[in-house]
Amino acid sequence: MLIPCPWCGDREDVEFNYGGSAQVAYPPDPASVDDTTWARFLFYRPNPKGKMAARWVHTSGCRRWFNLVRDTATHEITPQ
Amino acid sequence: MSRLASGGRIDRTRPIRFTFDGVRYGGYEGDTLASALLANDLAVVAHSLTYGRPRGIFSAGVEEPNALVQVGNETMLRATQVELVDGLEAIGLNGRGRLQLDSPSPSGGGQGGGPRYDKIYAHCEVLVIGGGRAGITAALDAALTGARVILVDEQPELGGRLLSAGWNDWLSASIGTLESAPDVRVLSRATAFGHYDRNLVLIAQRLENGGRLWQVRARRVVLATGAHERPLIFANNDRPGIMLAAAARTYVNRYGVAPGKRAVIFTNNDSTDVVAADLMRAGIVVEAIIDVRAGEAVVDTRDQQESLRSVVVGSLTGSESIREIDCDLLCVSGGFNPTLHLFSQAQGPIRYDEGLACFVPDVAPPDIEVVGAAAGDLGGRGQGTIMPYWVVPSDGQDWSTHFVDLERDVTVADVRRALGTGMRSVEHVKRFTTIGTGSDQGKTAGINETAIIAAQLGQPVGAVGVTTFRPPYVPISFGLMAGRNRGDLFDPIRLTAIHPWHVAHSAVFENVGQWKRPWYFPGAGEDMDSAVLRECRAARENVAVMDVSTLGKIEIQGPDSLEFLNRIYTNAFDTMKIGSCRYGLMCKADGMVFDDGVVMHLDTDRWLATTTTGGAAVVLDWMEEWLQNEWPSLRVRLTSVTDQWAAIAVVGPRSRNVIHSLFPHLASGAESFPFMAIREAETGAIPVRLHRITFSGELAYELWTPSWYGLAMWEAVMLAGEPLGIMPYGTEAMHVLRAEKGYIICGQETDGTVTPQDLGMSWVVSKKKPFIGQRSHSRSDTARPDRRHLVGLLPLDRDELLPEGAQLVLDSNVTVPANMVGHVTSSYRSAALGRTFALALLQSGRERIGATVYAPLNGHTIAATITDPIFYDKENVRRDS
Repeated sequence: MLIPCPWCGDREDVEFNYGGSAQVAYPPDPASVDDTTWARFLFYRPNPKGKMAARWVHTSGCRRWFNLVRDTATHEITPQ
Repeated sequence: MSRLASGGRIDRTRPIRFTFDGVRYGGYEGDTLASALLANDLAVVAHSLTYGRPRGIFSAGVEEPNALVQVGNETMLRATQVELVDGLEAIGLNGRGRLQLDSPSPSGGGQGGGPRYDKIYAHCEVLVIGGGRAGITAALDAALTGARVILVDEQPELGGRLLSAGWNDWLSASIGTLESAPDVRVLSRATAFGHYDRNLVLIAQRLENGGRLWQVRARRVVLATGAHERPLIFANNDRPGIMLAAAARTYVNRYGVAPGKRAVIFTNNDSTDVVAADLMRAGIVVEAIIDVRAGEAVVDTRDQQESLRSVVVGSLTGSESIREIDCDLLCVSGGFNPTLHLFSQAQGPIRYDEGLACFVPDVAPPDIEVVGAAAGDLGGRGQGTIMPYWVVPSDGQDWSTHFVDLERDVTVADVRRALGTGMRSVEHVKRFTTIGTGSDQGKTAGINETAIIAAQLGQPVGAVGVTTFRPPYVPISFGLMAGRNRGDLFDPIRLTAIHPWHVAHSAVFENVGQWKRPWYFPGAGEDMDSAVLRECRAARENVAVMDVSTLGKIEIQGPDSLEFLNRIYTNAFDTMKIGSCRYGLMCKADGMVFDDGVVMHLDTDRWLATTTTGGAAVVLDWMEEWLQNEWPSLRVRLTSVTDQWAAIAVVGPRSRNVIHSLFPHLASGAESFPFMAIREAETGAIPVRLHRITFSGELAYELWTPSWYGLAMWEAVMLAGEPLGIMPYGTEAMHVLRAEKGYIICGQETDGTVTPQDLGMSWVVSKKKPFIGQRSHSRSDTARPDRRHLVGLLPLDRDELLPEGAQLVLDSNVTVPANMVGHVTSSYRSAALGRTFALALLQSGRERIGATVYAPLNGHTIAATITDPIFYDKENVRRDS
């Protein structure tokens, strides 16, 4: 896979680490949410076949985090 | 000898001597091992895997299923691809490789004389795979556009099929053009074996005594991979002397070898016309051409001394024998299969073409083009008209010698048995019969398997389809995949600035992450246990010193650093003065302990955090993840300074004497330089930052200096401590000392399921400010009273050592399955306690203190008293002294 880093351009996937879904927001005030809501944030992640927004970090490059949309079936990547 | 008097691309002026199975033979430069064996009339080169049937050379290329050989330490080679070199020693493999276990293991990549492998990365606009007519044409076209072109070919010289058809002027002119083009690189003896996402192609290149793994990223890939001839299937179709028709032509034209004296050709297409002509020109008698299009077929064969003696010709129904023809060579052609392995690996769809009787590429994926025979253009192979035909039935319906996969020794009978059990998918039949699972990956068997299934099930061939093509296209040695990443180069090795001293003083090392750390320093004749006890005593009773340079170190700078630290760590840093240290603990969002260390306040908006040795990189990543994704408004910058600092722990009741000797002008008394304070000083020309922190519970100092000075500072410490009898200690003594004090090690006492509260460390969890993981500490599961707590264990027998990881139960007479209530996390012999002790995680442990638990171990049970996890100097008198 080639991953387009917004800062460095296309780079081999081995240079990156995967950070999971980009669609699970950290609750703005964790103290105010109930156990169920908090557990959904902690333990539930989407796992679609098809397009998925995910977080990546260019570990062996600029070390910056970014989001992109990848098709989990074809690895086709489209900028968010 | 079957060497022709003239012709071929061999150099008759350069004879070569080689051995096969210990027997000496001769050949010429330009020969393959296979052509040389045929020239020496060696018909039988192997015996088959399951039935032990004699087998001969079947092909002239990568698809060879029979002639597997080992040369030196390299096994599973195809004799058809082994270039003959002087002194070559080959042994035949009867379907199984043999590794010479007594051969020396080459260290560091080939230094021991073994094969040497390397890896190389390359980029190009156009990668052409296959150096035949179509590939050369594609490379020439691409070169004209000014693109960077790489042309990959598995043979020693370009030309592909043309090499077997006689040299021609076009080929030499084209090679000349390619060689003079500025941006064209030709890789010979190089097999593209894997095609991955976005045109990443892996190529195995054979070199003298080793090879090179190319990883090429191409904007566009042109597949000119040609086609493989497939055989027709009939009874006893595996005898030595039976060969693919085009291969026979290759041996005559390219290698100047007559693979037989009297030939029969068995075909269903036009490609054998030129084979017959070329065999006759070479003086081989063509006894007959049996053409299924004329209603005839070879229905059986007979042998003499393990080799082909005659063929039996009959009708296409196989029911009647018309005549028997004596021959020692049977050239078989059932048509051609475009080589679509790489195309399929790249997710290219394929379809069955009824007219060509083969699978051809359908619409190519983006940036991939298929040309020549691989694209179904079989004109170059001369297939012409073809009558789709696969298996000649035999009298009596016996299918046990109709071989489909020669390498795997699988017959039509096996396929029928698979279908008889109810299997319908070609994938299931493959797995049941093992067709296509040999090292040749069924290159001559796969499509025939499909056709047999289709005929049995009454389905079209295209509906049955083929099995999935997976990399690698050819066998790849583990050595090639490893390259130089073996021995000392397997993984980076990190050494501290002080490492040479440790080596010179006979340290035994342990791996901690990528670091080499002294484990203990054995004296003469001393074993590990006694060395560790001695080192511990030195730290508790005198003064001892340890290299702690491997600690992870992260500098945190910027006006919002304090706020950042307060969010990352469970404890608060608001009250921390410049020039002081504080222990810090961090949790993941699920509330579980992640890492710990010491946070140092160096200056206004400038802090430094240490991490565990193994956790340095992941903690930095963790901090960056939160900083960049959740808190981008915080003005904070993080920098790893792990390698920039050497650090030395000077430990023990007499450590202050050493510090005073090194830094006579530094006020080092208990009040002027208290616990958790930082001071700057110099000794000689060495700048040192001193931290009064301890991981042993003793009075102790950590001396930090830029790595450049590390060794000099260590030597200065050793010199200053010499009159006191200062002693170096390793990680094992460090573990014992910290465990005696009940100090945890993240990753030993914790495993991602342990909260600070479980560890009895609520004191380090702030109730006044939010931090990562805080919300999880009030989840119903994390707030349970019966979670596993950190406790101490004292075995009733003071000499008995609990094994780390031992499961704990409450009943001494336990039977399996038992209710396990905890496990041992750390266990040592203690010099200070004069006995063994352990730390453990135990269900409701704090409520059980004083009770007894049991560790059942294979017929032996250790009983231990549950205690508080702090065994030594609970009041911290020694630490603060």
